[in-house]
Amino acid sequence: MLSRKVKLRIAVLTFFLIVAAALVVFVLRSLEENVVYFFSPTEVNNKENISFNKTIRIGGLVKKNSINKKNNSINFVITDLNNEIVVSYSGSIPNLFSEEKGVVAEGKLKDKKYFIAEKILAKHDENYMPPEVSKALEKAKK
Amino acid sequence: MLKNFFPNKILSLNKNFFTVLIVIMISVIIVGLVNALITSPPDAVQGNSVRIMYVHVPSSFIAIGCFGFIGIASIATLIFKIKIFPLMAKSIAPVGSIFCLISIVTGSLWGKPTWGIFWVWDARLTSMLILLIFYLAYIAVWKFIENYEKANKTASIIAIIGSLNLPVIKYSVDWWNTLHQPSSITLTSAPTIHYTMLVPLIIMLLGMIIYSLVIFLMKYKTEIIKFKIDRKINKK
Repeated sequence: MLSRKVKLRIAVLTFFLIVAAALVVFVLRSLEENVVYFFSPTEVNNKENISFNKTIRIGGLVKKNSINKKNNSINFVITDLNNEIVVSYSGSIPNLFSEEKGVVAEGKLKDKKYFIAEKILAKHDENYMPPEVSKALEKAKK
Repeated sequence: MLKNFFPNKILSLNKNFFTVLIVIMISVIIVGLVNALITSPPDAVQGNSVRIMYVHVPSSFIAIGCFGFIGIASIATLIFKIKIFPLMAKSIAPVGSIFCLISIVTGSLWGKPTWGIFWVWDARLTSMLILLIFYLAYIAVWKFIENYEKANKTASIIAIIGSLNLPVIKYSVDWWNTLHQPSSITLTSAPTIHYTMLVPLIIMLLGMIIYSLVIFLMKYKTEIIKFKIDRKINKK
């Protein structure tokens, strides 16, 4: 059915593809720390060699009732429901930044529980719904 | 079904065919846009800026799908040396690359009001940019390499290597922490988009697919004619 030439080409191509795919996997795994856009509080907690002088990003949800605005700075807690980090930031805040919603903060760790942010980004989830449906879901939760 | 893409059938596509197809395309897109921009609801979190989704998401699907097709056609070209596959791949590349660009630009415009920033180097955005680079490389090879067989081989290899990027694009939001949100439409679970938004999204996707088909068929017909002429000239 398949001529020898064709079989040879399939073999060469398959071999080449497997090697290339393995290379991609290897590169992505070794660059993991740079591919990841932010660390969760649990990942920060578990990391052994975390540097307190390097600019990193942490992300998670803004803990309910944790937003504290003073003068022109703001304190809040980032949580991933397992671990928490307190963040302090002064600067402009994106529109979608709010409690129980996702956030990514870029800045430096003071220690494993305290983070000084230089930039705040709001992260929204994959749910899309009209306001009425959202309100109905809120009511049903209570 | 594949017989419809053989040269004879394609060369017989005339102005009437394209006019009908374009009329269908415009109708679907108008229905889609009216739904997307006017009758569909704003999002509970994002408000009206969610409406960019109706262009951004279909563009992304089409950009990735077209390159997947180019990858498969390139593998088939290298193994079986079927003559129509490189012509088909060559013809879908421009439209795929334009939608890749539209995806990146609309994504950036969507990012500013929602995330607070136009661009970040997270896995999803970076891999889409890499896809655009592969598209441009693929098109450039066909354009600038004179010898057809050389261009074919080089372009096919570029396409196959670029196809390794496609699973990275798709799963980037699952494998790593990214700023870009996870998929709302998956094969394995229910969509997380409310149906009042999902329906306009599908209509827009359909309209943009028909547009891609129109451009593809026009270019494919041209490529077949060019190929036949070149072959006649070279046989001399």
